[in-house]
Amino acid sequence: MVPNALGRMVPEEMDGKKLKPFMGAHADHGGGRKASPPIKAVPDYANKMRASLDEAIDACEIKDGMTVSFHHHLRNGDYVINMVVDKLAERGLKDLTLVPSALFPVHEPLIDHIKNGVISHIEGSMNGPVGRACSLGTMSKACILRSHGGRYRAIQDGDIHIDVAFIAAPAADYFGNCNGHSGPSACGVMGYALADSLYAEKTVVLTDNLQPFPVFPWVIKGGNVDHVCTVDKLGDPEKIISGTTRITRSPTRQLIAEYAARFVKDIGVLDEPDFTFQSGAGGISLAFLKYLGDIMRETGVVAKFARGGSNKYLVDMLEEGLIEYILDGQCFDLVGVKSLGENPRHLETDPFTSYCYHTKGNFAPMVKLGILGATEIDTDFNVNVNTHSDGWLLHGIGGFADVTDSQITMITAPLLRGRLPVITDSVTTITAPGEVIDVLITERGVAVNPAREDILARLKGSDLPVATIDEMRDMAVGLSGLPEKPEYEDRIVALIEWRDGTVIDTVRQLKPQE
Amino acid sequence: MSDSVQTRAGREGKKSDLAVQLTEKDAGGIKINVESSVGHMFGEQIEKTARETLESLGLENCEASIDDMGAFDYVIMARIEAAARRMREIDGPGCLPGRKVEYGPPRRERLRRTRLYMPGNNPDLMRNGGLFGADSVILDLEDSVSPGEKDAARLLVRNTLLTIDYFDCERIVRINPLSTEYGADDLEMVVPYGVDTILVPKCETAGDIKVVEEIIGGLEKKHSLGYEVLIMPLIETAKGILNAYEIGAASDRVVALCFGAEDFSADIGTERTKEGAESFTARSLLVLGAKAAGVQVIDTVFSDVQDEEGLIASTKEAMALGFEGKGVIHPAQIAPIHAVFSPTPKRIEYAKKVVAAIEKARSEGSGVATLGSKMIDAPIEARARKILRLAEALGLLEEETGGGS
Repeated sequence: MVPNALGRMVPEEMDGKKLKPFMGAHADHGGGRKASPPIKAVPDYANKMRASLDEAIDACEIKDGMTVSFHHHLRNGDYVINMVVDKLAERGLKDLTLVPSALFPVHEPLIDHIKNGVISHIEGSMNGPVGRACSLGTMSKACILRSHGGRYRAIQDGDIHIDVAFIAAPAADYFGNCNGHSGPSACGVMGYALADSLYAEKTVVLTDNLQPFPVFPWVIKGGNVDHVCTVDKLGDPEKIISGTTRITRSPTRQLIAEYAARFVKDIGVLDEPDFTFQSGAGGISLAFLKYLGDIMRETGVVAKFARGGSNKYLVDMLEEGLIEYILDGQCFDLVGVKSLGENPRHLETDPFTSYCYHTKGNFAPMVKLGILGATEIDTDFNVNVNTHSDGWLLHGIGGFADVTDSQITMITAPLLRGRLPVITDSVTTITAPGEVIDVLITERGVAVNPAREDILARLKGSDLPVATIDEMRDMAVGLSGLPEKPEYEDRIVALIEWRDGTVIDTVRQLKPQE
Repeated sequence: MSDSVQTRAGREGKKSDLAVQLTEKDAGGIKINVESSVGHMFGEQIEKTARETLESLGLENCEASIDDMGAFDYVIMARIEAAARRMREIDGPGCLPGRKVEYGPPRRERLRRTRLYMPGNNPDLMRNGGLFGADSVILDLEDSVSPGEKDAARLLVRNTLLTIDYFDCERIVRINPLSTEYGADDLEMVVPYGVDTILVPKCETAGDIKVVEEIIGGLEKKHSLGYEVLIMPLIETAKGILNAYEIGAASDRVVALCFGAEDFSADIGTERTKEGAESFTARSLLVLGAKAAGVQVIDTVFSDVQDEEGLIASTKEAMALGFEGKGVIHPAQIAPIHAVFSPTPKRIEYAKKVVAAIEKARSEGSGVATLGSKMIDAPIEARARKILRLAEALGLLEEETGGGS
């Protein structure tokens, strides 16, 4: 174990793999060469259609210890991951590495396959029940959590070698071209599956909506696909995306969103050319869009682009002309899906163009304002989105680490969630270092990272409740009291990887709690 | 022991609240079981707070089962005290949390454009009530609290006053009518602990105010408060409307008369409408009564939280009738109401010209000032000065004074 640049002790090797400690947000510049998938030829792919998922799986010749990957655009409606892993378990396979871009509560049945040794560990992302199982030490190897950009990088750089990629495709043709724009399981954007299709040994496309050739746009290109099969249903449409995303009704969260919008106005970024922003689909983010829209309308500002998570509110802004383009990473509601299919200014992106750190550039640093939520933030502005203050691993990183490359990264969060203060002296787990976090906006105050003297200077004269982060910590803890720290075993159950592949923190197994 | 006394208090499964069950024992000291959504982080602290509360209330042998949903200490204390008081008579002031907030004495003169109502038995809603910029907050012990919870809400409101910072908001508590069994106890529990103003519901006569004034005065003396708590009568019956002037003039402590449309409509036997035609005369009479008594006058709440246009129309009408504020049931209503009651730049500009013209005339020794072709008489001057005072209070004159830091 060695201390990384943030003083967290991290291993130099784990399960036989050499690891690099985190050195700083932009310290590591890569090097070496990308992974190389096998060379194939046309004559072997005369017919890719398989009669069933079983046939497709058998054609892949999966063996113990292999790595299989999935994407998460079907979110909590996804049937595919459980369906495929059940079939792998039926075949008696063991010790598989699962590489999903995210997991949801619907994937709770995986826990049995983890306990039975079908799955040895997970690299990518975990949410909810599977994360909880990980915290209890259920997996035989340490998991690795990566951001969306980090997952692309790891596949591209060869840190993960995918043997078989399973791609759930809401619309596909017999050749394997596919996208998420239409069909009963339409999910809109499907970019998270791109790296899998480019670098896997074998790629299987599953669809419940087989269309005549050519399905276009071919977000996933048939030339990268080995097998195509149909299944009854890819997922539950009602849970794939919400019918409508809803602005928070909590007055406190609305107040946070209003402060965030006033912050944007007061620091003057709207007066500069080329305004751009990225905001998620959480309740505070949506309310922020509403307030930001009001200010943009008043001041006549038009954003060059907005990074989505698309949703009704962002699409409304696009259609009203407040945004020139949506560069979309995933659709959060039906309005987003419809707009992606119809509006030429609503563009589909993937983690290579938007997030991957080992490229010759991506969109993330072009974004002026990134608005993000957090579970915890400490007085050094380090942020945790992975574990709760009681030590449970409950969330993936998502795009969080990648969005922090924005020119101004804003964290919006309630200062107190019930009794839990969001500010701590030292976060339970570091997802992103304080050096990339610029301001915390809560219902009781706005704290700017003291390293951003420029922002502090621009906030002079603002009537926002500006305070130091220490003052805000005292405000919160004064009411709540200091929480007790969780107790851990020695064993590391998960590594948190920074965007560049270095280890920024670890998650330890929780001591059994009564 | 099967016949031991058992009591409960609090709200089970509600955010930032807890349910506590207290069982009296003959011996064995204090035993505490804590189940909590934040147990791993605050379990020990919850137990400590519970133990200290029971000890200070003199319950030496008992068992407390706590089912907590992230309540803060002052809430835990209030709930345990409620359960204890339901078990036996407690002498003395009870178990007070250490005072976390300090305020100056109540201020008679202040803006009362918005008064945000919050249910007095809901710690989650009361905690952030001071953040939304309302001129006043109302911690309500009356209509939003069921009869069986009056005792518990009273303790929670007391502890909230001692703990939660409401910044510049006027801290109002709406008590139950003195004609009920709750009213006097409400006063005893809140007057000494940092309330600015008592909102007295269902006021019908000057006598109602005299009774309240006497009890408040006695409590101020007993607790050596050194300042006077204010009174805001809520008029919501025909009789109250017809006695508005006497009620407004009944005590120096009265700062404003408020209208309650829901009870009023019921009292005169009609339905309340959005437009409020049924209460038009009553509201006009209330304005007259308040003005004659030299106090402020505040309109009722607008009940449809979703209808912002309706709220703005209703506020404009209230302002036109002479009201100086409205009740608010959701923070989203605050900004639209403030916008209506704030003087427009045009009106401020005109008021400045009026005052400048008058001052110029006076400095020249002339008794008569004119602006353009219009003569400025005393009422015009008074209105202009009032607008400028309001603009100053709202920080709308900043440019002029070169203020801002």
